[in-house]
Amino acid sequence: MQVSIHRTVKKNGTSGIAEPAWVRYLLLAVALSFLTLFLMLPLAAVFVQALDKGWEAYLEALKDPDTFSAIKLTLVAAACSVPVNLVFGVTAAWAIAKFAFPGKSLLITLIDLPFSVSPVVSGLIYVLIFGLQGWLGPWLQAHDVKIIFAVPGIILATIFVTFPFIARELIPLMESQGREEEEAALTLGASGLQTFFRVTLPNVRWGILYGVILCNARAMGEFGAVSVVSGHVRGSTNTIPLQVEILYNEYSYAAAFAVASLLAMLALVTLAVKSVAEWKIRQVSAAE
Amino acid sequence: MASHGGKNNVLPGFTPSLGCTVLYLSIIVLIPLSSLFFKTATLTWDEFVAAVTAPRVVASYRVTFGSSLAAALVNAFFGVLVAWVLVRYRFPGKRLVDALVDLPFALPTAVAGITLASIYSPNGWLGRYLEPHGIKVAFTPLGIVVAMVFIGLPFVVRTVQPVLEELDRELEEAASCLGASRWQTFYRIIFPSMLPAILTGFALAFARAAGEYGSVIFIAGNMPKVSEITPLLIITKLEQYDYAGATAIASLMLVVSFLLLLSINLLQKWSRRFAE
Repeated sequence: MQVSIHRTVKKNGTSGIAEPAWVRYLLLAVALSFLTLFLMLPLAAVFVQALDKGWEAYLEALKDPDTFSAIKLTLVAAACSVPVNLVFGVTAAWAIAKFAFPGKSLLITLIDLPFSVSPVVSGLIYVLIFGLQGWLGPWLQAHDVKIIFAVPGIILATIFVTFPFIARELIPLMESQGREEEEAALTLGASGLQTFFRVTLPNVRWGILYGVILCNARAMGEFGAVSVVSGHVRGSTNTIPLQVEILYNEYSYAAAFAVASLLAMLALVTLAVKSVAEWKIRQVSAAE
Repeated sequence: MASHGGKNNVLPGFTPSLGCTVLYLSIIVLIPLSSLFFKTATLTWDEFVAAVTAPRVVASYRVTFGSSLAAALVNAFFGVLVAWVLVRYRFPGKRLVDALVDLPFALPTAVAGITLASIYSPNGWLGRYLEPHGIKVAFTPLGIVVAMVFIGLPFVVRTVQPVLEELDRELEEAASCLGASRWQTFYRIIFPSMLPAILTGFALAFARAAGEYGSVIFIAGNMPKVSEITPLLIITKLEQYDYAGATAIASLMLVVSFLLLLSINLLQKWSRRFAE
């Protein structure tokens, strides 16, 4: 009996918990083919089609005044929504991660809500409030304030869809760090704000970067929600993704892909920064 | 206030931070979302039923949820495979591939939409090889599934991957020593431990696909009753100033997303208990 067990272990050796080589290569080949087909091919297609008519046409498409104003509006929307959600994310994470209170898991679920709502519904709710037939529509019209089919509506919709990004990144991170360091700082005589800015924030800086970069990517790339509230006024309420849609529907494919390539580059930068932030977060938590 | 988090919690700022959080949450999320239900409540029950059960609307549910289901199943299978390969095997370029899995999160949906449409169109990179074999992808329901597979892929990979990383390899060694074949070990030991995570990822991918708009509309063809998704129908109704119709359908979609969110939360609780 002793001998036979010994023999089995020896026969299998280390491969007792590994697949035969041909299975490994097969799985690897299938997985990589799938990723090539579904991820790498579309990514390559954006840039190839953008340069379909050469560099000059590419730059020409980007110089178009409507495209230029779309880029400006996208930057404005991101510049408004990211800081607001950053402040909210840090505040919410402080309350949720550092204190215990009833209804906490409900609060976390509600914060996650915008992720599970269809982008089209996210836009629609603002039309129902601020639109002409909405709750505040008549009042807004009487005072000549335009929110829907104007820039404020785009900013509001962007804030809604990017709402959870920073909070949901910071909450688990701050929970895992506990309260000891803040308590030590307070005991040593630091004020609450000093503790927050000198202890808490530095500890989560990579988590903040991670949340901000994802929040920004979504803010600049949001399509469905912004499409509902924008009204598609050329040169004034079009963001980059909406401009891509217009160009594509007008069959100026090369120009559409040229503008889309800007967003694809943003996506690549986002992935790179995200990888670095992830690596740093793991380093920091390993050092503890 | 010091009682929060046990008698010993001396950290300041609980009341203001929680107050700001709830206030901001209400203004940005809860009040706007409630407008949907108030608007729907202005309809009579018969009007509501008529709006959400019109033949074109019902057809759009079939397209949306049928395609989402198909895409989530594809994602569950390939997502587990990709997670397995990323955790268990070594190969050149692994870190690059790992980072690239999140591309669908980072790439704006409109860009994904026009790109997939052009790749699978009859003279596109893949379309030109599929078309002669009678496989039409762009502008058919199959195209909708392709777009939904693209946007849902990271969900399954990213929920299964950490579970696989944490998996105790000694269990596998024990199974192998007791004479189990590698397939038996996978089927009886590894797969059951991954199952809660697979289901969570599946539900997340399904929920995302069901609400998706940007990446789908370019490749879908948007033929009423054949390849028209529900979010597009909401927009169409809005453009025809049929606010009541749009709102009724939207609140139904919102209820579905609530239910999905609830089941995802339950699944996650289950998988956490499983891990302990």
